[in-house]
Amino acid sequence: MINIPSTFRISFRALRVNKMRSALTMLGIVIGVAAVIAMLSVGTGASTQISEQISSMGSNLIMVLPGATTAGGVRMGMGSQPTLTLGDAEAIQKESSAVADVAPVISEVAQVVYGNQNWSTGVVGTTPSMINVRDWHLSSGRPFTDQDVKNAIKVCLLGQTVVDNLFGDVNPVGQIIRIKKIPFTVAGVLAVKGQSPNGQDQDDTIFVPVTTAQKRLFGTTFPGMVRILMVKAKSTENLPAAEKQITELLKQRHHIGPKQEDDFTVRNLTQFMQAAEQSTRVMTLLLGSIASVSLIVGGIGIMNIMLVSVTERTREIGIRMAVGAKTWDIRLQFIIEALTLSLIGGAVGIAAGVSSSKAVAMLAGWPTIVSPFSILIAFGFSGLVGIFFGFYPAYKASLLNPIDALRYE
Amino acid sequence: MAMIEAVEISKIYSMGDISVNALERVSLTIEKGEFVAIMGPSGSGKSTFMNILGCLDKPTSGRYLLEDIDVSHLKRDELADIRKKKIGFVFQGFNLLPRTSAIENVELPMLYDGLSLKDRRQKAMVALKLVGLEGREHHHPNQLSGGQQQRVAIARALVNTAPVILADEPTGNLDTKTSVEIMEFLTKLNKESGITIILITHEHDIAAYSRRIIRFLDGRIISDEPRKRP
Ligand SMILES: Nc1ncnc2c1ncn2[C@@H]1O[C@H](COP(=O)(O)OP(=O)(O)OP(=O)(O)O)[C@@H](O)[C@H]1O
Ligand SMILES: [Mg+2]
Repeated sequence: MINIPSTFRISFRALRVNKMRSALTMLGIVIGVAAVIAMLSVGTGASTQISEQISSMGSNLIMVLPGATTAGGVRMGMGSQPTLTLGDAEAIQKESSAVADVAPVISEVAQVVYGNQNWSTGVVGTTPSMINVRDWHLSSGRPFTDQDVKNAIKVCLLGQTVVDNLFGDVNPVGQIIRIKKIPFTVAGVLAVKGQSPNGQDQDDTIFVPVTTAQKRLFGTTFPGMVRILMVKAKSTENLPAAEKQITELLKQRHHIGPKQEDDFTVRNLTQFMQAAEQSTRVMTLLLGSIASVSLIVGGIGIMNIMLVSVTERTREIGIRMAVGAKTWDIRLQFIIEALTLSLIGGAVGIAAGVSSSKAVAMLAGWPTIVSPFSILIAFGFSGLVGIFFGFYPAYKASLLNPIDALRYE
Repeated sequence: MAMIEAVEISKIYSMGDISVNALERVSLTIEKGEFVAIMGPSGSGKSTFMNILGCLDKPTSGRYLLEDIDVSHLKRDELADIRKKKIGFVFQGFNLLPRTSAIENVELPMLYDGLSLKDRRQKAMVALKLVGLEGREHHHPNQLSGGQQQRVAIARALVNTAPVILADEPTGNLDTKTSVEIMEFLTKLNKESGITIILITHEHDIAAYSRRIIRFLDGRIISDEPRKRP
């Protein structure tokens, strides 16, 4: 059997003879591989971003909003009429077995001042459960306690964006800031979470005890009412059960009859986001498959050129057979030639794919991610394309009769 | 043991209605170490016969034994092995690979024998020296004269130390001086290494180097006799 390195040398030489032709043939593979890598990078980037956002929202999250849902699923007048109370929150916490924790939310945009710096941000009145419900950590300081809520103490937790805008280099823990001119002690700083799935900066926020917010800050016309309840189910499996329990409990508490419309809406955010994640995955697959079509077209280009090459080099094949080349020696030579074309094309295509995905990220601002897996797939696939489309011409060449090949004009 | 034994070999080319009997029941025995010249008019079947001896073509009927092996029943790859190990073929038209250096052309049979590059280079160099082409090893065929190309082809036929060399009009398009050089080299090879040589020629001067002359006419052998002393 012929040795493989020598065969590669022979292939290189054969490909160098027709430089232009080889380059054009490779171009098909280059474009195919580059397209696969770029497309997969866009898809992977999108789904990675969504997964990150989902985990930043907090896992197994259910939101309870005031206002009804119509039969068509469109929310009507949500939040216009506050119907949820702190009592609802406590009841859910106590009575729903599938629920791990509940955090009530009341919020309003307010002016915040520290020294001569001021900043306008969303102030959220809530309970210590919030930290757990949203899987939020503190980067420094301590959270506020149930005791703080009970006594309506003026303490607060700051999001990183607020810290950046008010404090600069100063350590905020223990400092006094003024929210709506009322002094609050900074108990701690919330760890960075980044953007929410709908593009909001989740770090641009301040948490205060819900009672303090009600009594001192917002002076609400509906005492004891809250805007949203954030609920954490015990596990993903428990999400549907938690939804059902909450709905039933609130119907009962709000005295809603069987024919009446609910005055609240329960939304399972995690499921919603998982559906979004699923659809980006499908999109990634779709983009990848469309790009692979161009890789296959490139493969057909290789096959075409190899067939031409076999015909042109019939005499050469005859000479090789006359001096003792066997069936597989001839086959290997042409397969390796096709493989060389496709692998060089693949390597160039990877470079082109990586740089075009960077270009897309820069120009369109999409979060593209080139995974090593997609490079491996594209390169492996281009190799397979070379072998697959190189085989038929190689097979054809190997079946020639030595004397006929030698006599070929 | 005869080197070559052909028994009633026929070759019929059929193209549609017409069929050409290129060889008709040709029988022949050639012993080890012989130097045979095949002569005959154009179209008499000499090349057809030679290609069958070289295992490049198969007879329509008849048996061909090479060193007592019946070649007619061998498969493609087994025939390739015989061509590689037992036969050195020198073609009338040289049949060198274009755009490939002399030394790489000579290496070709060893490439398919799985030899390392180093061994191939070394043996090919020895063969090229033998045919007097030292210093031309990196020339491509189109940079060599006809005689030099033929010598590269001979070096290629020699390099695997095959016991038989078959040469189809090796001096067909060479001048007298070069022809003489090549014939003297083949004679030396035959005498010193005991290699069996069979060559086709139209020229009596060339046939004169052999020790046995076989004449073909219309696909048959019409005479087979030792060379007469001039
Ligand atoms: N591939 C082929 N198909 C059909 N007929 C062929 C083929 N090869 C040879 N022939 C015929 O077989 C006969 C013998 O041809 P061959 O080539 O053996 O002659 P030759 O003795 O070598 O002649 P020359 O001295 O001109 O080389 C010729 O009549 C030729 O036309
Ligand atoms: Mg002839």
